[in-house]
Amino acid sequence: MNESVDDIRTIVTSTLRALLPAPVELSDNTNIMRDLGLDSVSVMDFVMETEECLDISVPLDRISEVETIGDLVTMLHDLKGGD
Amino acid sequence: MSLFDKFEPLNAQYVRLEAIDANPFAITFDHVLSPTEAMIGDSRILLLGTNNYLGLTYDTEIVTKAVQATRAFGTGTTGSRIANGSYDGHKKLERALKDFYGRKHAMVFSTGYQANLGIISTLAGKNDHLLLDADSHASIYDGSRLGHAQVTRFRHNDPNDLHKRLRRLADVPGDKIVVVEGIYSMLGDTAPLREFAEVKREWGAYLIVDEAHSLGVLGETGRGLAEMQNVEPDVDFVVGTFSKSLGSVGGFCVSNLDDFDILRVACRPYMFTASLPPGVIAATMEALHQLRARPELRLRLIENARRLYAGLTGLGFCLGPEPSPVVSAIMPNPETAFALWSDLLKAGLYTNVSLPPATPNGLALLRSSVSAAHTPQQIDHAIALFEQTGRALGMVPASAATHASHHAAASPSLSVTSA
Repeated sequence: MNESVDDIRTIVTSTLRALLPAPVELSDNTNIMRDLGLDSVSVMDFVMETEECLDISVPLDRISEVETIGDLVTMLHDLKGGD
Repeated sequence: MSLFDKFEPLNAQYVRLEAIDANPFAITFDHVLSPTEAMIGDSRILLLGTNNYLGLTYDTEIVTKAVQATRAFGTGTTGSRIANGSYDGHKKLERALKDFYGRKHAMVFSTGYQANLGIISTLAGKNDHLLLDADSHASIYDGSRLGHAQVTRFRHNDPNDLHKRLRRLADVPGDKIVVVEGIYSMLGDTAPLREFAEVKREWGAYLIVDEAHSLGVLGETGRGLAEMQNVEPDVDFVVGTFSKSLGSVGGFCVSNLDDFDILRVACRPYMFTASLPPGVIAATMEALHQLRARPELRLRLIENARRLYAGLTGLGFCLGPEPSPVVSAIMPNPETAFALWSDLLKAGLYTNVSLPPATPNGLALLRSSVSAAHTPQQIDHAIALFEQTGRALGMVPASAATHASHHAAASPSLSVTSA
């Protein structure tokens, strides 16, 4: 199955909401570490949840390039082979 | 803007700890009396937060060997083995490690950190793939960053997740190298190595096992988790350290793979650093000899580990999944960890605080570790201090088992014989 950008955004935001202690407004511009207070390991753990949903492996150097939710959605879509 | 502005959030936390006079990251021992006791000012402190598993740091024979070697060969080598030559002791120690592990090749590094840094960064080339257990030590992550391979992490202790990731790489060129640890240093849990070995065989991957915390602790002869789970032929590389069970400093890698020795002139963390000083090499040689000759040390260590694990369980502390020389109590938050740590120290007991991101799953840990050198009375005293301090902080209910009744809960998972 080839998920669309919107599908991937839904996976990312619902995974994040499940992880965060309190509800927060999430947009493509949300900075994952600065705005959500996640440390480097929490970010990797969170990406691991999305890998499971999408059946892909995300290399660590690609994770370190990600700052915002928008970056992450684009990167996951790219790895999933989307166009 | 200052160069150090980026550290401001970290600095704020650090200053807060200094202000409440409870900074576990800046503690200094004024005198160390033995493997289990030290002085801070005028206070005598029971040490329950070292990695001195076999308690060998003050052994008379080991100290003598270190002094003799220092007198004979000097205080340092002042250079790297590649640029400035090896000493006889380096070669002898490598022979002793080959003999101990029954493997063809051994390489000694200046620290355990550098052993992981060197082996992982050098073995995995540009088109290869490193697969790391998610809870891997910082040296494993750093080694993967120093190299040029593609790096992914799999769920901690989850052979099925590793399987999925190797499947995704099935048609991708390049070697696949899996890295796991024997005992994980934060929660003291062990890897399901037998299952990992099956997955590795199925997909034709290589396996590196870091036995830093399991050397001298697990296995019938103390070779570690691979020996205990009877999977040594599946482990392509064992990495380890001299700074825990062997009581000195340094690291190593052993392997049966042909051409292993070419790493000596390809591995930068081996080539571009000073080699271990003669005194350290001699101490490590003698400690390895004692590890082999005195299996009773390992039995005593395991007895102490079970005693502490059962005692703290009895008090209601939530611990790691299995008894091991690392006994970590999971704290509700960092503040509680610091409060307990600080009050235990005031009562005369030294432990460790471990915080995210060094810990898995964002856990704050009050980490203890035991030694073969602890007497049962010292372990009981430590448990009593946990009880008294924990009760004062409201963490231990009045009804919790007292330290007199903690002998029953020994777990079968920490066994000296093969599983």
